This record gives sequence, C-alpha cells and structure tokens, in this order.
Amino acid sequence: MHAETDDPRERIRHLLRLAGAVPLRERSAGAGFGHAGIDAASGALERGQLHELFPASADDPAGAAGFAAMLCRRLGGTCVWLREAKAERQLQLFGPGLSGIGLDPENLLLGVLPDADAVLRAGADVLRCPDVGVAVIELWRNPRNLGLTATRRFQLAAEASGVTALLLRMEAEPSASAAATRWSVRSIASRALEGNAPGRPAFELELLKHRGGGRGSWRLEWDRDSASFRDLQHTHDHAALPGAVVSVPADRAVADVVPFRKAG
Amino acid sequence: MLVATERNARRLTAACPQALKLGLAAGMTLADALARVPDLCVEEADPAADARLLLHLSDLALRWSPIVQPDPPDGLLIDIAGCTHLFGSEAALAADAVALLGRNLAVRHAFASTPSAAHALARFPVQASCEMQAIRRLPVAALRLPVEAETALRRAGLKHVGDLADRPTMPLSARFGKQATHALDRLLGRADSRLSPRRPLPALHFARRFAEPIAHVDSVLGAVDGLAAKASRVLEQRHQGGRSFAIRLYRSDGELRDLTIETGRPTRDPALLARLLRERVEALADPLDPGFGFDLIRFAVPATEPLGLLQADLEARGRQGEALSALVDRLSVRHGRERIRRLLPVESHVPERAVRSVPALGEARAEWPPPPTGEPPLRPICLFDPPQPIIVMAEVPDAPPRRFIWRGVNHIVVRAEGPERIAAPWWQKASEGRPTRDYYRVEDEAGRRFWLFRRGLTGREAAHPSWYLHGLFA
Repeated sequence: MHAETDDPRERIRHLLRLAGAVPLRERSAGAGFGHAGIDAASGALERGQLHELFPASADDPAGAAGFAAMLCRRLGGTCVWLREAKAERQLQLFGPGLSGIGLDPENLLLGVLPDADAVLRAGADVLRCPDVGVAVIELWRNPRNLGLTATRRFQLAAEASGVTALLLRMEAEPSASAAATRWSVRSIASRALEGNAPGRPAFELELLKHRGGGRGSWRLEWDRDSASFRDLQHTHDHAALPGAVVSVPADRAVADVVPFRKAG
Repeated sequence: MLVATERNARRLTAACPQALKLGLAAGMTLADALARVPDLCVEEADPAADARLLLHLSDLALRWSPIVQPDPPDGLLIDIAGCTHLFGSEAALAADAVALLGRNLAVRHAFASTPSAAHALARFPVQASCEMQAIRRLPVAALRLPVEAETALRRAGLKHVGDLADRPTMPLSARFGKQATHALDRLLGRADSRLSPRRPLPALHFARRFAEPIAHVDSVLGAVDGLAAKASRVLEQRHQGGRSFAIRLYRSDGELRDLTIETGRPTRDPALLARLLRERVEALADPLDPGFGFDLIRFAVPATEPLGLLQADLEARGRQGEALSALVDRLSVRHGRERIRRLLPVESHVPERAVRSVPALGEARAEWPPPPTGEPPLRPICLFDPPQPIIVMAEVPDAPPRRFIWRGVNHIVVRAEGPERIAAPWWQKASEGRPTRDYYRVEDEAGRRFWLFRRGLTGREAAHPSWYLHGLFA
C-alpha cells in the first residue's frame, strides 16, 4: 500500500485511482507564463486542470477575456470558446482583436449557446474531447448550476482528457470551486509607445488561490511576438503636448490601415 | 361554402356536396346564391392556406412514392412507377391514400400513363374499358384551355377529346390556338410531359413500414438505427459516406416529424449516427410525440460523398482530429448548427464587416492575416454591435477626446493614438449614410483601453459629429 505517504493529496489521488473513479493522468508539465516568478508560485499553468479567471472589477470584461486569449495562445492547440448568446449579442468576440493578441482565430471554435446551463453542458462535452487544447467557458454573473459539483466535474474531465479548462467568470464573485488556480485580472496603464500611444496590453494579475499554496500579485505586460508575459517596467511618461501638431486631410482618407501614430 | 371577390363580384369558389345538391355551384355570385338559399353558411376563401395545405399533403404523399409534384390549386401528381409492389397493387396503394387523405378531405384519384391524363381522369370520371378509350371520352374541358377556346370548341361541335384526337393538328392549332394542340398531345401521350418533384430525389433512401403503428420512442429510434445500418452497408459498398441524414417519421394520423442529423465529415458509422440521433431527439424543443404511433419511417441520405474504406482502429484513442470533428458534430446536433461557429476574415476595412462567423460544420476555412509585428493589438478583442454612443469632450476638432462619458462613468483619457480614418468605399458617398469614421485607441487613467470613433468629418459631413465606443482592448 502506497497510501501511507505523507502527502494527503497524493493519498487521495491514490485512493481515487484504486476506486477506478477517474483514469488519472500523470500531471503533464505546464505551459508556463514565460515568467519565472509566476510559474514558481502557481504551478506554471498546468495542463489538464481547471483555472478560474475573474475580472477584478465588473466593468472590465475585456481585460479578463484578453488574458484568457493569451493563456490560450500559451497553451496552444484548438481553442473552444463557449459563451452565452446574451454575452455575444452585447459584446462580440472580435476575430482581428484575437489575432492581435496572438491567438489565431483559425484555431478557434466559438460556441454561442442559449443559456448558462447549455454552456455548462457543452463545457463538459468539450472537456471530454482529447483533441481540444483549451476550453474557455465564459459565464456571466452566478449561474444557479455552477457550484462545487459542476467545477469538480470540469476538473475531473480536464484531468482525464488533458484538456485545459479556463473558467471565465464575468461580473462574478469567487465562490467555492474545485479549480486548481484562481486569478483576478485588472487592466492597468500600459507602457506608452512613442507619441504617448497606448502600448501593449498590461495587467495586474493576482493569484487568489492555488492548490499548491502560493499566492502573489504581479504587474505584467503581454508581448505578442514572443507570446510571453513580462514585468511591466514603466518608462518615463511622455509629457503630453497640448494641441494637434499635424492636421488630418479633410477631403481624403488617410492612407489605409497602416498604424499611424500621431504626436500629441 | 367559400367566397372570394372575383371579377368585381363576391362569388362562390367552392361548395360542399350539400350545397351542390341545392343547385349551387362554384362561380355563382354570392347574391344569387343567397337569393336561392337564404340561410347559407359562407366562409372567406384563403388561397394561401390552401397552397400551404397542398405542400403539406405533398410531403405526406412521399410515403407512397419519392416523386410527388403538387398540382395547384387542388391536386397532387404522384409517380407510382415501381412503388406499387410495396403495397400489393395499384388499387391497394390508392386505397391506402384515400383512407389517409380521405379522413378530412374529399379525395378523387385516377391512374394513367401520363400526368395530364391522370389529372383529367381524376376530375372527369368516365366509364371505359381501357385508358385510351377513357381519354377519348373525356369532355374538352379536361384540356384545361382558356374559357374562349373551350367555348369555341364546343360551338364547333367538338365535345369530347376523341373528336379532336382524330383530326389533323394543323387546322386545330390554327383555329383554337397552339395551346389546344399541346394540351391534346400531352393528354394523349404524344408529347413528353414529366413531373418535377417537389423535393430533390435523395441519393439513397430506405423505408420501414409497420403493420401496427409503434408508439414507443425507443422502438422508433431502434427502427431508425436499423435503417441507418442498412444505409451504412450500402454506403460502404459504394465507398461513400453522407454528411447529412434526413429522417422522416409518418404518424398514423397524417402528422409528420422530421429529424436531421448533420456531420462535419462524411460518415457511415451506424454507432455514431445512433448516438447523434439520440442527441437530436433529446434536444428537440417539443418532445417526439408518437400520438397513436408511427407507421412509416423513411431514412434518406440526400447527398453522398466519396469515403474510402476504413481500417478498424487498432488504437483506442482514434485518429488525430477525428475526436474534434466528432465533438463539433455532437455540439452542432445538440445545440443547433448555427451555434457552433468559426470566424472567417473578410476583406473589409469596415470593422464590423471584417469578420464572418460561419457554422463550424461547414467546409469554409480561411487563413487569417498575421498581425503586424512589434505593434500592440490594433483591434479590440471585444466589439460592440451596434457601437455605443458616448459623450465626448474633445478639445479641438480632429484630435482625440480628453474626456468621455460612457454608461454614466467619466473616463479621463491619458494616452491616445489616432486617428485611423476608415472612409466609405469611393463608390459610396458619405451622404448616403456611411460617413467617414476616425478611430482612436485611447487609454483612460484607470488603465482600460478603448476604441472610439467620431462619425463624420467635422464641418464637412456633420456639424457636430457624434462619438461612439466601438470596442474594448485587453
């Protein structure tokens, strides 16, 4: 009997294995954040686990959605994003924006389902399919049927199939769940580009819960080209100059969609 | 009695047998009819509803033959060639049809070797020993000619089709019009006339008929599985697979239920079909109500695609990608094909048109252009559709706003980039409702990033351009 090991988690896993309840896989290496500090504290974004993401404030859904897209990019594989029709009607997921973050929309399957229950059901289906890389399950507020049982089901399905589950909880407060990690995401001021243009996506990321015990908070920016997170280092803010310097021609379109950075 | 307004008068369009006995007939004005029978009960005619009923009946008639053509206003043409043995004989087939349709309709039928002849014989029953003789005894009204031509024929003493059939064609066509000779040729089988079936013929179809209607849903599904297995064997012999499977359940009281299963890749796996079928049934908004039972099930594969022979899996895991495609099938069947989507790029500068979302079950794939390197995301991750109006305090025209109010919250702009000008295509004038938009990427003091635009060029297209929030950046 191995059950005499000291680690209670190991014991439970062993008992579960004996019971044949779940075909447990050995934990695969995490995809990592590309950031040593976070990887050390949080188990480096383990695959085949359930991770919960919360926007730090209810009126900042895009920050958390963007963070989920970045994690999908890190984890790789086909991404299945499930959301409610209501959410998609109000705020649709925009292909070029996902591509701008580095997640190729070609690898994305979008499920727009009538209600939260349908999202939960479809989520369980997706997590059982080993060909899926990441399943993003986006839920708004606190659906009645999302509790410890539902998250436990997700967690077990994710462990069995090796699919990573990201549970995106918009406008919600953390409650009891079986997730491996829980994160809170807040958009923060980015490092300005030349001409005081908004820079790369920047976040304050807080690890609220990790089964391994670590906690912490980081200020990061996302570098799409290397697909990694980096510490946000503030350069000196460019002092804003008042007034426009170059006026825009009024009678013709400014050349194409080539990025155009205007001083001022 | 049904009435409708025809030629400026309220006229009867149809009369029940009782009314016919009282001497009323279709075509009579309502005033005349009321003068004869004062306590007449009339209803407004509804040709649109009649047409719908006819289409429904033509679907129902698929139980007798796959080739059915609705023959407005009140007929169905069914090609029963090769179908009669399923019922025993022509008479048994007709009896079955009359029994089913005759429950709440007055039904007449006739068999003939051409559609026109069958049409005419059903409406003008004549006693005769053979089909040709019967056709020759038909009144000229059976030719379905315009009233003038018909009257002219009658005045010329030509009362029966036989009178016309013996005469040379040329003088007939000169006197009564080409239509008359064409109709005659079709009726006599001299000209080609064919049915155009209402539903395209499926590549494969199978049916199972039950002596007694079955009312138990599990038994019904089991029977469908049997048909699927049959279809699968035929498909395997032909090295083909299907991507959609149409199942039609005929209830013994004349109701129909349709179930469709679609898959992302061609398949012929009966186990997969059985699973998808159960999910489809589970996902039905109103449950599969067997009522008094189903007495006929049809299983059709509308189109087939080549699918090579498959070797049975040696590994338990299955081939790469197959599980994903099975997942898409499952989700699409359970939640509806429109709900599981893929995003495709569209060549358009107008942001809300730059993406098309298509059902993931379809074939469509497209490569997305890679984003420019070294840039932050230039497009928001979430888009508002329609854009949200905001109140903006812009300090100068053609400059990013300093402050804006969205949903009652004040945002102070700290960083901004722009404008990125997106104008209507040159072939559309701005005055035609698509003013130029100047987009700005802005960041507020809390660190949120927004995509704003000004609609219309200040002073040229709009005196006071309005501002909108179009998207949110991560």
